[in-house]
Amino acid sequence: MTHAVGPDEDAGDDRVAWTMPELPPGTVREVVRAPAEILATAGAEVDPTDPATVALAADLLATQAVSPGCVGLAAQQVGEALRVFSVDVTGHPKTRTCHGAFVLCNAEVLSASRKGKGREGCMSVPDLTGDVARARRLTVRGQLPVTGEWVEIETDAFEAVCLQHEIDHTEGLLFLDRVVGPQAVHRRQTYL
Amino acid sequence: MTDLLAVTVIGSDRPGIVADVTAALAGLEANLEDSTMTLLRGQFAMVVLVHTSAPVAAVEQALAPVIADGTLGVDVRPVADVDSQPVLGADHILHVNGADRPGIVAGITASLAAHGVNVVGLSTRLAGELYVLTAEVVLPDGVDELAVRADLDQAAQACGVHVRLVPVETDEL
Repeated sequence: MTHAVGPDEDAGDDRVAWTMPELPPGTVREVVRAPAEILATAGAEVDPTDPATVALAADLLATQAVSPGCVGLAAQQVGEALRVFSVDVTGHPKTRTCHGAFVLCNAEVLSASRKGKGREGCMSVPDLTGDVARARRLTVRGQLPVTGEWVEIETDAFEAVCLQHEIDHTEGLLFLDRVVGPQAVHRRQTYL
Repeated sequence: MTDLLAVTVIGSDRPGIVADVTAALAGLEANLEDSTMTLLRGQFAMVVLVHTSAPVAAVEQALAPVIADGTLGVDVRPVADVDSQPVLGADHILHVNGADRPGIVAGITASLAAHGVNVVGLSTRLAGELYVLTAEVVLPDGVDELAVRADLDQAAQACGVHVRLVPVETDEL
């Protein structure tokens, strides 16, 4: 499957459109839960053309696809301290700009603005949610698996939040490390 | 002349605790000031500062019907009125998380106290094996922030948790 996920032409964007390279079939991996040490471990840079990285990219998308409500998954969450993550916010009601399903390697934030607060959850912290302030306008730079092509992704709203959450994972941070205050960590369920 | 009383109520949660307690206080014309109320697992906890001319015994008597079924405990005590001594608001947020074990809060807060760092808000959550502590703190003027961070890191390492101390961003509008 190939996704056409280039920059929005209507926005007058003159950057080169990019396409997510085709990946081999992925394997569904077990998702690690906090307080696993791997989730607090900053990831190492990867060679996006390395077959092991390509396989990891495919596994992330495969695992994400079978996990209800999962819009992104980082290498740390499947037990590897590497700078790789997947994102797919397609169809989410809070999504505006959408680049479909993709994987980025060695990604970093180039610019971030228009902070807004939202409540986040995470497959690796299944029992808690937290209020986190994150940029709603974001430009990220990273490499595509397979080709190693450097791409810039300019996005907003939910996809911007998701990218920041996943980049945090690759740096060993959870949303719990960014909640806005003591009253900002919530239980998903109340136990009576 | 009214006194400032601290009213603490804690017990098994049910709808109506806040309504019942505050109705009893309103019946004494006690004025509710700062308060915090939250659910800790299945226990509802509330601490309310009230200004009232009623003595402690009268407040306890007014609250007696609310706690009559034995599911709630109440404590009423006079506290010093410190309005004239403003306390600085939090300038940093402290994030701690890791595997649960006894002594995390003690270890982390001891390293803060050693530097005169004041905790003005703190909450913890235990979710399975995961322990999460989030606090609002005030660093005293002139404190060696690098030393605070170094000691926090050391305390966190000793407790097997991860710690982050982040400045509070206030957007003045």
